[in-house]
Amino acid sequence: MKSLSLILICLLILSLVSLFSIGIGRYPVSPGALFSWLSTGHSSDDNLQVILFNIRLPRLIGAIAAGGALAMSGAAYQGMFRNPMVSPDILGVSSGAGFGAALAILLSLPVAGIQLFSFAGGITAVLIAVSISKTIGRSHDSVLVLVLSGIIISSLFGALLSMLKYIADPDDKLPAITYWLMGSLANIRMNDLWIILPVLFAGSIPLMLVSWRLNVLSFGEDEARSLGVNTGWMRVVVILSATLVTACIISVSGIIGWVGLIVPHLARFIAGPNHRLLLPTSFLFGGIFMLVVDDIARSLVSVEIPIGIITAILGAPFFIYFLKRSAKKSW
Amino acid sequence: MVIERTISLDLSRADLGYEGRVVLHNVNLSIQSGEIVCLLGPNGVGKTTLFKTILGFIKPLAGSIVIDGRNIAQFALKDFARLVAYVPQVHNSPFPYKVRDVVLFGRTVHLGLFASPRQKDRDIANSFLDLLEIQHLAERPFTELSGGERQMVIIARALTQEAKFIILDEPTSNLDYGNQVRVIRKIKALKKQSVGILMATHSPDHAFMIGSKVVVMDKGSLYRYGTPEATLTEETLKKIYGVDVHVFDTPQNGTSPRKICAPVMDL
Repeated sequence: MKSLSLILICLLILSLVSLFSIGIGRYPVSPGALFSWLSTGHSSDDNLQVILFNIRLPRLIGAIAAGGALAMSGAAYQGMFRNPMVSPDILGVSSGAGFGAALAILLSLPVAGIQLFSFAGGITAVLIAVSISKTIGRSHDSVLVLVLSGIIISSLFGALLSMLKYIADPDDKLPAITYWLMGSLANIRMNDLWIILPVLFAGSIPLMLVSWRLNVLSFGEDEARSLGVNTGWMRVVVILSATLVTACIISVSGIIGWVGLIVPHLARFIAGPNHRLLLPTSFLFGGIFMLVVDDIARSLVSVEIPIGIITAILGAPFFIYFLKRSAKKSW
Repeated sequence: MVIERTISLDLSRADLGYEGRVVLHNVNLSIQSGEIVCLLGPNGVGKTTLFKTILGFIKPLAGSIVIDGRNIAQFALKDFARLVAYVPQVHNSPFPYKVRDVVLFGRTVHLGLFASPRQKDRDIANSFLDLLEIQHLAERPFTELSGGERQMVIIARALTQEAKFIILDEPTSNLDYGNQVRVIRKIKALKKQSVGILMATHSPDHAFMIGSKVVVMDKGSLYRYGTPEATLTEETLKKIYGVDVHVFDTPQNGTSPRKICAPVMDL
């Protein structure tokens, strides 16, 4: 059972990194205090109790969920689009979400409003992209048309976002928009988790269920159909699930790039291309990756660094490495 | 060994093509499970259109395509894939699946919607790796195989699908001479598998080597149907390909007798 042991090893690493991460932060937590909190659920230090339960724990769970879901949707998208270069925002979900959030910030809506607008913006962008590809029709390569529609919508919403930034108050609103676009896990609270975790489950479970069929889909439309896979139906399931998950995460964290592009490569390198194992491995790798990135974000310098900046700085050299490797052999 | 019932795939009075453009007119063709039919014709004559229609990718403009007494328009995708398998001309996957897994993908149609293969499915895939003598490739990445090896793997996948008919689109294109012969030999040996094979080829010699039925296509319709010896005459080859070809008997030196083609080179 090579695959089972791989999953177990990943779970072990994830637990160790979690344990390490929960102790990191401005308020120092001694290993002894952490252990007694973990074993009893209480702490003699009231501050510690509040910090661990209300701030660190939600942030930890949020990081694992966000990284995991982004990486898993990325892996599913790469399989479906038959292209290892796509990421979960290929159909415009990030730019749609960015526009939605900026609009909400401009309208001075509360945090919940920003989340709602961002989620709706992300979903809307993908729906428009998919409808455009439908109107162009079946006579063309449908995957290519879909990707091109996504690029069109991304760039359109990017332009709309620029317009909002241009008219935003430069002392107050513009920094808020800019900061939101850089991404951060700092504001995730327990209340957010009760909303995003069910959505993440709702999006992740269908992807796991169709994972075997994703393998077949990566041979192309005609071959997949002749092997008995309903390609249209598969596309609906994968796009819907990945979009739901990505829009939901972006709505609470802001835009976090690169995770959905890089982590599936790393996972494929270790677990192989079979999506049955690749999807859960991507999820666990994504969770570990995001925890480490978030640890760096909150501990490298005295002010917190937006997480999107770190994922990009770490992601770029990773990607160059994979490109170099792929120049020699296949993905 | 269970003797399986013969199933037939019939096209009758079918017009094939795309919206507003008939490529093949009044096609009548019947293939039985257990026989191999080679399809010959010049480039652009409509072989791909015929294949796409039989595979259900495009609908016939008129007439019907019937498998085992049922019109293929009535089949659900899944039921259809249990009857007809497809070996396309080019195979590419961007991901380096193991050969064993690629063959196993043939089982997908026999699995539940959310299921993955069981031991029984692995055994079936394995038996076809043995049959095609590619067991030694099993653990290698599909993407790193040669063209001939990939062709064998995809044929194994089609057999693993356990369909009644297999449509092979020019299985020897892009293969070197040795691999062409090896692939043709394997295809000929598949007669024992009680599966019906429709195979497009550009080489009349391949049809002679396989020695089964031949369909010759010419502009707009099926031109001739029959045994290779009766169908692939010098006149027919001249008519469809526009070049002079001599057809000889092989010399009596050990190989089983058959015809071979030699294009005329003196101008």
